[in-house]
Amino acid sequence: MTSYLNVNGRQHAVEADPATPLLYVLRGELGLNGAKYGCGLGQCGACTVMVDGKAVFSCLMPVRALAGRAITTIEGLGDVTTPNPVQQAFQEVQAAQCGYCIAGMIMRAQSLLETNAAPSDEEIRVHMQPNLCRCGTHSRILRAVRSASDKLSLKGSPAGTK
Amino acid sequence: MNIGRRHVQTLLSGLAVSALCGGLFAAWYVYEPALDRISRPERSAFDMGTVKKGEQLATVGDCIVCHTAGNGPPFAGSRPLPTPFGTLYSTNITPDERTGIGNWSQEAFARALKQGVSRDGSHLYPALPYEHFTHVTDDDIRSLYAFLMTRQAVVADVPENKLLPGLGFRPLLAGWKMLFLHRGGFAPLAGKTEAWNRGKYLVDGLAHCGGCHTPRNIAGGEKRGSEFAGGLAEGWIAPPLDRSNPSAGRWTEASLFAYLKNADNGSHGIAGGPMGPVAEGLSKLDDADVSAIALYIASVMGREGATPDDGPAIDNAQSASTKHPEGADLFRGACAACHEPGSAMSQQGRLPLSALTSVRMADPANAASAVMMGIPAPSGGGNLMPSFSSAMSESQVADLLQYVRARFTNGSPWKDTEGAASSARPEDER
Amino acid sequence: MTIDPLLSRRSFLASGGIVVAFALAGPALGQLAGGGEGSAGPPVLNPSLPGSLKSSPYLDSWIQIDPEGRATVFTGKAELGQGIRTALMQVAAEELDLPPRSVTLVTVDTSRTPDEGLTAGSHSMQDSGAAIRNAAANVRMHLERSAAKMLGVAVDAVVTQGDGTITARDGRSVSYAEIAASLSLHVEAIADAPRRQAGDFRTMGTNVPRLDIPAKTTGGAAFIQDMRLPGMLHARVVRGPSEGTRLLLPPEAEIRAMPGLFKFVRNGNFQAVLAEREWDAIGLMRALQASPFELARDPFPTGAVGETLKGLPSRDIRIVDVHQPAGQPVKRLSSRFSRPWLSHGSIGPSCALAMFDHDLLTIWTHSQGTFDVRRVAADLLGMSIEKIRAIHVEGSGCYGQNGADDVAAEAALLALQVPGRPVRLQWMREQEFGWEPLGPGMITELSAGIDANNRIVEWRHEVWSNPHNNRPVNAGGVLVGNEVSPPFPIPEGKPIPMPEGDGSRNSNPLYDLPNMDVVYHFVKDMPIRVSALRSLGAHLNVFSIESMFDELADAAGQDPLAFRLAHMADERARQVMRSASGAFGWKDRKKTGQFHGFGMGFARYKNLGAHCAVFLEVAVNQDTGRISVRRAAASVDCGEPVSPDGIANQVEGAIIQSLSWCTREAVTNTGTLRTSFDWSEYPIMRFLDVPESIEVTVEKQSGQPFLGVAECGQGPASAALANAVADATGVRFRDMPLSPERVRAAIVTL
Ligand code: FES
Ligand code: FES
Repeated sequence: MTSYLNVNGRQHAVEADPATPLLYVLRGELGLNGAKYGCGLGQCGACTVMVDGKAVFSCLMPVRALAGRAITTIEGLGDVTTPNPVQQAFQEVQAAQCGYCIAGMIMRAQSLLETNAAPSDEEIRVHMQPNLCRCGTHSRILRAVRSASDKLSLKGSPAGTK
Repeated sequence: MNIGRRHVQTLLSGLAVSALCGGLFAAWYVYEPALDRISRPERSAFDMGTVKKGEQLATVGDCIVCHTAGNGPPFAGSRPLPTPFGTLYSTNITPDERTGIGNWSQEAFARALKQGVSRDGSHLYPALPYEHFTHVTDDDIRSLYAFLMTRQAVVADVPENKLLPGLGFRPLLAGWKMLFLHRGGFAPLAGKTEAWNRGKYLVDGLAHCGGCHTPRNIAGGEKRGSEFAGGLAEGWIAPPLDRSNPSAGRWTEASLFAYLKNADNGSHGIAGGPMGPVAEGLSKLDDADVSAIALYIASVMGREGATPDDGPAIDNAQSASTKHPEGADLFRGACAACHEPGSAMSQQGRLPLSALTSVRMADPANAASAVMMGIPAPSGGGNLMPSFSSAMSESQVADLLQYVRARFTNGSPWKDTEGAASSARPEDER
Repeated sequence: MTIDPLLSRRSFLASGGIVVAFALAGPALGQLAGGGEGSAGPPVLNPSLPGSLKSSPYLDSWIQIDPEGRATVFTGKAELGQGIRTALMQVAAEELDLPPRSVTLVTVDTSRTPDEGLTAGSHSMQDSGAAIRNAAANVRMHLERSAAKMLGVAVDAVVTQGDGTITARDGRSVSYAEIAASLSLHVEAIADAPRRQAGDFRTMGTNVPRLDIPAKTTGGAAFIQDMRLPGMLHARVVRGPSEGTRLLLPPEAEIRAMPGLFKFVRNGNFQAVLAEREWDAIGLMRALQASPFELARDPFPTGAVGETLKGLPSRDIRIVDVHQPAGQPVKRLSSRFSRPWLSHGSIGPSCALAMFDHDLLTIWTHSQGTFDVRRVAADLLGMSIEKIRAIHVEGSGCYGQNGADDVAAEAALLALQVPGRPVRLQWMREQEFGWEPLGPGMITELSAGIDANNRIVEWRHEVWSNPHNNRPVNAGGVLVGNEVSPPFPIPEGKPIPMPEGDGSRNSNPLYDLPNMDVVYHFVKDMPIRVSALRSLGAHLNVFSIESMFDELADAAGQDPLAFRLAHMADERARQVMRSASGAFGWKDRKKTGQFHGFGMGFARYKNLGAHCAVFLEVAVNQDTGRISVRRAAASVDCGEPVSPDGIANQVEGAIIQSLSWCTREAVTNTGTLRTSFDWSEYPIMRFLDVPESIEVTVEKQSGQPFLGVAECGQGPASAALANAVADATGVRFRDMPLSPERVRAAIVTL
């Protein structure tokens, strides 16, 4: 069955079992690396992407539910030469150890800053709570989100996508 | 969290009725004197045994759940109870003298619990279940007082209740009480065991199980004669605890004990919705009291001494996916990782969906709530089940629910699953 | 009790210096690459050289200069998320005096890089860093000599410029590119090639941004999980829920008819499905895993960890036996400490790729022991080792031996079944939790006495532990080896001798104590599958020693820091304690109420690695038992710091991970199953619970040898937590985890 997916502003026709979770379509069919398999149970956030501006677990997101919806992955925020402000903040703070959780962290942070460019520290923690990091990079991740937010709210612009 | 929308709605419309009655018949009844302030008792005023007993009783009463806001300090109040008529905030019951109950005497404390009257003489909203606490013995109240007065004092002002004009007039509550507050102590039933009577005392009193599991009348009082016939709590259906429970056959004393003590067990699903924190609280309660509660509830369900009667698991996979192909796809992509045979959960011996009351009930509300709100793991453990409210539209959730109902039960299809999905959408996403 | 005099410390304690004594470990270091885990490293060819140069003394096995004057540097170590790729690049760039962008680092690959044993035990900077530094200094020396010759000047008349050129005093210069064509690096390193001096450093000691972070923050292909090879098949292993279970599958004909299946592979009790698409492989795996299973091993123990370990036979190994005249004890304390079995809990479950083509088997792995992956595959498949190449590709953080080695061997076996097609095998979350080797549960019993002058005059430490050293070096060490027919037997666990130790690691206090008895009750029978977890036994041993120090300080009525300093002669240890306490504000600490407190912990990892002191401020909630860590300050001395921010990052992570272990983690099981199969049953620390601030001081130790940093914080952080909680509540918690339930139960009615 063909599913039509709008990923990072581009339309894709995907031949796949309509039950396939978005995660496997992104990785297997579209060749995107950002969303990672961590648990497949909606418990770790490694697979976080945005759908219609909200952070979702792509591991539990059947493509059948995605017709007509806007999917954003970390590849849609910016690339190595032009990272978006959130990616840039993570790079500046060196907010990664193994980095396996980081793409999911950036996507969850992005979804916060798009609706609330100047969250409080507490709001950041609460918002990031669903995502796990085993390396203990939390304090740097929080610093990176804080710093992205400070820059964005100074500029008064919402966290931009490419 | 979505607090008591339907529950509080009926309760408050009841206030209007009681306003009339109260106004007409009971002007004398409204007035309660303020009780004197005391200076905060020292820790040394209470012996360890009393405090320990109070701790267990406070656990039964689950005081901490309502009197703690989000990530706020325990017992310091401010948990919002949003309603269509405005928002109530729970009070600070830490022993801070200015913002808490530090200058309440034991007499004032007992009056609040049993009669719903604050130290200053004002009437309290029945969100504090004094209709149940009125049955608690004085000795137990003394222990509870000792426990609360030895907590860490937290300075925390509670926001003003934000009720619609007119409803904030507290003397109305006096009328409500005259109608629905049935005062009186607990009388053990002769011919029943001590454990059964202990269970009944806890269930009817501090545990206030009827607060959720008993239907309420138009005026928001618990319906007499329909005790435990099922009610509403925070957008969830509190299933009947009597013989009409759709899973009654599956429950036994032992499985009730396991459910209450550990939030899950081998013969039923986990405690979800507002029952989650209740079970988490009961996990700290002495086994003897938990089994007394289990024993009593089992007897209300007609399952005293019964053995489990599970019946075979139902799985109409083929016909359900023919009837609901979209729901079947959604289920395979979103739910199968946990709920399909061969999944991690099934390999661990967790029950199939056909065993769950939420799936067997005639109303899809709880199944819809579980899908839309998810089920948090006990404190700090993340999700047992994630929320799908951002992942799927209401109509998709509706299809999914129809598929689940058709596959895992032989019951009639659910009505208005889309409506159920929509009213289960978390408050902040509406 | 039988005593193994594996290490008699008496002899070198007599000389007064523990540190000096451990430096004697010389010739053993090659063998101890990776902390003595895994297979023995390659033979030592030149013991006078530093680090891994001992075994690979030729310069061209480490460094090649290409005709453009750029350097390719080879390390036998692997990037595990600890930032080693960047640190080693910095070391090479500094000693070659090249800009970082002119240096390419190749990490472990059996056909390209030296064998440096495992990437483990905080050894990478010690082994590979020291080797690369020296090799690069050698290469620079040769470059300078050639340049001098080409320019016709004396060798001390030329200087490197940091940009790949060498200049003579008269201003003429020659580039590395020009020299490269005629310079052979197939020469042995010498030990004393002149090194660049700290004052001249251009790259070392500065915060060069990590090379791997740009890809990881933009969706680049950064992990083995992201590898896609043309024609790749997806595999899933089909297993019961946890170690030791065996599925009773339907008849094979039925399985082969399943839609979406490319191939079903079965060998003995090993089963796997191969499919063109990953989602199909998962569906097939689930359908087959719905089959009933049985437990094909002894039931798991369900009692307390102490009960379990003490109920098994042990071999007693004397670790320290020191007796010197000292005062009479006036107070004695005894305590017992424990920690449960812990999961590595990598966020990304283990993954491997393999391809069998033209008689050659290539395995891509994120194992810490790439050379061992090759050995294991050769043994398992009966292949000649020359026909196998193993290449390290980064995975999710592993923190020890998780499922990486198992999955690599499984992928290799599957690849042989589909020649010409690459196979990608990833474990599921629950397979990782259910089958990976765990960090062993352990207990200790300590007793100590102080004299009238508050000096510790007696010290006894006993530790019971399973081996932490079950790294696979042959087919019996991986799951599939035990499942194929005929099965390879599980090798018997062995202790790692001191000074590295395994369950005994850090059981020898660094403190100056006149009398010490330390005994390791080595328990060889493993009731649960276990192997190395970050810091091995040091976690519980340091937790126990440092808890005991606080208990003794309390008995002596002394400040915990002062009490430690009074028993510590090692100047670098004193320094990290002082600097961390200064940054923390220990002296001026003030409790703001009941259930608020402060605590510290210190250790030098293995007594020969990095020194680390951690200070914490906590608030404990009486009614929930939840411990909030307000702030942490740590100081670390890991010798010459190469990348200070990278070191700080590692220590921050170590503190948070250790706090997570200490406050909430425990693998749970029934007699038949591991029941902690997902993140709700095995919760780890999340954002709301991490310390509000962590401040790490990195000591500047110019000129000192590199000491690994990755594991130094695990023991001190957990110890500091227990000490802070004791300070806050007056209750001493000795059994990990200090879970909210346990803490609440102990303090709710205080
Ligand atoms: S992989 Fe999706 S939440 Fe873990
Ligand atoms: S950086 Fe490794 S899991 Fe987060």
